[in-house]
Amino acid sequence: MKTTMSTWRQPRKWAPYLFVSPFFILFGVFGLFPLVFSIYLSLHSWDPAAGLAAMEWVGFENYLYALQSDDWLRASLYNTFWMALVSGLPQHLLAMPLAYFLHSAFGRWRNAVVGAYFLPFITSSVAISLVFSTLFSRDFGVVNAVLASLKDMPLLGALMPASNIDWAQPQYTKWMISFVVFWRYVGWNVVLYLSAIQTIPKDVLEAAVMDGANSWQKFVHVVLPLLKPMAFFAVTLTIIGNLQLFEEPFILTNGTGGIDQAGKTAAMHMYSVAFTDGDFGTASAIAWLLFMLIAAATWFNNRLLGQRD
Amino acid sequence: MTLSTPLSTAHPSPEPTPTDAPDAAPVQKRLPLVLLLGYAVVLLGGLMMLAPFYFMFVFATHTNSEILSFPPPLWFGSAFLDNITELIKALPYFWNNLGWSAYVALAVTALNLFFCSLAGYAFALLDFRGRERLFGAVMATMLLPSFVGLVPTVLTMSWLGWMNEHRALIVPGACGALGIFMMRQYISSAVPKELIEAARMDGCSEFGIFLRIVWPLITPALGTLGLITFISSWNNFMGPLVILRDMDRYTVPMALRALQGTGQTQWGAICAGAAVAVIPLLLIFVMASRRLIDGLTAGAVKS
Repeated sequence: MKTTMSTWRQPRKWAPYLFVSPFFILFGVFGLFPLVFSIYLSLHSWDPAAGLAAMEWVGFENYLYALQSDDWLRASLYNTFWMALVSGLPQHLLAMPLAYFLHSAFGRWRNAVVGAYFLPFITSSVAISLVFSTLFSRDFGVVNAVLASLKDMPLLGALMPASNIDWAQPQYTKWMISFVVFWRYVGWNVVLYLSAIQTIPKDVLEAAVMDGANSWQKFVHVVLPLLKPMAFFAVTLTIIGNLQLFEEPFILTNGTGGIDQAGKTAAMHMYSVAFTDGDFGTASAIAWLLFMLIAAATWFNNRLLGQRD
Repeated sequence: MTLSTPLSTAHPSPEPTPTDAPDAAPVQKRLPLVLLLGYAVVLLGGLMMLAPFYFMFVFATHTNSEILSFPPPLWFGSAFLDNITELIKALPYFWNNLGWSAYVALAVTALNLFFCSLAGYAFALLDFRGRERLFGAVMATMLLPSFVGLVPTVLTMSWLGWMNEHRALIVPGACGALGIFMMRQYISSAVPKELIEAARMDGCSEFGIFLRIVWPLITPALGTLGLITFISSWNNFMGPLVILRDMDRYTVPMALRALQGTGQTQWGAICAGAAVAVIPLLLIFVMASRRLIDGLTAGAVKS
């Protein structure tokens, strides 16, 4: 009979652990340690320039300060939720019917059309946000040029602004950022919903046609209910991604958050508290507050869409 | 360069689509007008998706004063090389920046391909105590939002002496949870367990089995994971933003960001720089968009 020692001498016993160890070592050092240390930091007041010894235990004071006295945090949270909703909700409302339509249209050209919608998702957010800041410029931007040309059209023209919009003004900043975020991620959701529709058995859809359902009825009564699990997954991704929005607003507002910081998100606020103000303790507290909000939003989504019937 | 040409030839549509016929035919008979309208709206939307890329290339070929006129130019000009000169004047290290971006992205990709497939193989085909729990732990790490660890990560890097070093961007991302998940899914469906047993009988070492038996069988999945990893590293902005200090060590997104805000904005140069940053991604997309989409959605459909 073999002892434990001798079984461990067999490579097939320990090799698997060796094979999966790189992930756990890297995650331990660069993932888990920073997270734990971040909790520790959030409970301390600390000027990083003064060295580790200057760290002072303050309990939940950073959290209380952030919640009670940090007006910019409140404003940035409002901005974050505003843009998460305005850019996120239309993504899903559009992606579902669009995916359904693409599923049965365009034949051999379908991949090309899906590709056009998907392309923004894989391109550099910095590069494309820079391009968008040209497109959105007041006097010579393409967006204003398009809006101006639509003015001559019947019906639609009445909705168009009388003069060029200054997109840098606080009342427009969030719309501009939301549009860019919508543009970047709508195709990703189309692709997700399309892949879910493709798993619906053909005979289910055919049975609906037999029963006299038209295309729209088929979508509402057959496809939509079957899309629920994917909607849960896709909306979860949108919530997590949108609530930590950083790169698009950062570039579109040149790192400042825009006039009156109208486009500053919570993640941007955390970044500037940490690296502009040098207040690592409060920044860590803000990070965890935002994390809790994201967790709450995902939980709410779970209640809404995640229940198994 | 227009986008429509490469895009339309890029999708030879390898999978047959006759399955759609029973779906589409009754629709076409009943609602030609609605269907036509649908086609028009969807195509218009598709053009809107591509328009920013088009204008990026158009502006990259125009001088600043041409771009600043109203209406803006809609067709290609001849100032591309002038814009590149302007770009180099503003960013003297732009070619270094490109090199650093490529270096970081390729290093992260190579490390991920190796470590993720190794771990994915162990999770898919090897028996060991705690396998399911450890895999669950790997998956759970994907739920942690990255920004929470941002501040202490910077501290960790400065303690390691890795500030301003590219290894601070490479090492932490060397083995992603998503890659392990993708590799495990693919290996458990593409590599028969009997093959592993047979190789073991023949006296092949554990690592030898992985290298000589498994690795050759999973090249398609390696290709997909490689592309996804390369793209996300090439686009990474948050990491370089807090790590890199000197302009000659910047990656491309950081360099482009540095163009913003100082004095008269050179839109032509900015668009030329953005085009250079986006061209590698467009090439990857044109060659492999179907593969990217399938790879990225594979996990979502199964979950």
